[in-house]
Amino acid sequence: MSHIHRTNLELIKNGIFGENTIFRMAISLCPSIAVTNSLKNGIALGVAVVFVQTMVNVTVSAIRNFIHPKIRIPIYMLIIAGYVTIIDMLMSTYFRAIYAQIGLYIQIIVAFASIFARAEVFASKNKLVPSFMDGFGMGVGFLLAMVVISFFREFLGKGELFGFTIVAGKPLLIMILPAGGFLAVGLLMGFFNWVDIKFFGGKGASGVR
Amino acid sequence: MDFGKLFELVVAASLINNFVFTRFLGLCIFFGVSKKMETAVGMSITFTAVMVVSAALSWLVFTQVMLENALYQGSPDLTFLKIIIFIGIVAAFVQSADTIMKKISPTLYYKLGVYLALITTNCIILAVPLINAGEGYDFLESIAFGLGSGLGFALALVIMASIREKLELADVPAPFKGLPISFIIAGLIALAFTGFSGLITL
Repeated sequence: MSHIHRTNLELIKNGIFGENTIFRMAISLCPSIAVTNSLKNGIALGVAVVFVQTMVNVTVSAIRNFIHPKIRIPIYMLIIAGYVTIIDMLMSTYFRAIYAQIGLYIQIIVAFASIFARAEVFASKNKLVPSFMDGFGMGVGFLLAMVVISFFREFLGKGELFGFTIVAGKPLLIMILPAGGFLAVGLLMGFFNWVDIKFFGGKGASGVR
Repeated sequence: MDFGKLFELVVAASLINNFVFTRFLGLCIFFGVSKKMETAVGMSITFTAVMVVSAALSWLVFTQVMLENALYQGSPDLTFLKIIIFIGIVAAFVQSADTIMKKISPTLYYKLGVYLALITTNCIILAVPLINAGEGYDFLESIAFGLGSGLGFALALVIMASIREKLELADVPAPFKGLPISFIIAGLIALAFTGFSGLITL
């Protein structure tokens, strides 16, 4: 599976649409429900993932010729853990309020299958710039998925966006509860599948079934 | 040895703050393994065992090595390394468990070994030591918390597997087949679990 001939823009588009982490590949789902009860938290985690995914891809690609295949997994884990620790410390200092709510999930980024998979599948076999584009695209795809889910959950669940009240009146409280998170993601996934089947002749999301 | 507190922790981790339905951790494995009852049961056993041992090991390393003045008077505060170290501990333990099981009991390995590899990147396995460290539980409390989370995960898996097995025969619309409908079902189960939230009043 060689991506050498793809242009950089295509790589980014692939990360956002074709192989979108949440809606098509359906991995790294844990945070998609946990932090999306408000737009602020969703964007915070999304940005953290963009940072980690891009940096990990770049680092792995830069040293790909020096890694012995047998020990590559611990090395990847070490690189990922390092960047997650960096972003964790940055967030806990500069974004105290948000960190207080989603701190645990920032640390969980280390266990993201998507970052690990990209490093293994793409970054270890491609040059620096394509790896950067791929990581960035995947990260942005994740960020967009977060935004979409948080938008629905906060809007329906609280009638607010970013803390600004948009619709006064009784909101659908279930949407910000854990149960609502599952429902929102399930319905959104179904919607994206429907779009895919109807307009693109696809067969719906792959991944964990 | 306050058994009341320990019991409370087990109940809290398994029912009230169930890792799958309330904290949304371990979802990838949850949806992947819950298709059939036998994989669900196999995964539950392996997971609980790994969870309890990882909780114990990471507690030991955290309190005896990483805290300030832990190793000797004036030893540095290494807690910022906890993410790296905890993942390292889990990976090392899983790898050694894998090798040991293969040697000692090939039949057991044949049944449960495949789940071991899946557990390493499980969110829950990392979250429990992190929470233990954050809340400052002592040794028995950490183990109780790990046990509770394993039991909660097992409960979630078994419930989901029994529903999904029946779902195979249901008429699900095409866009929802597979993951979307499983998410919606998980949402309904999560709704039911919300009922536990008043179980232990503090």
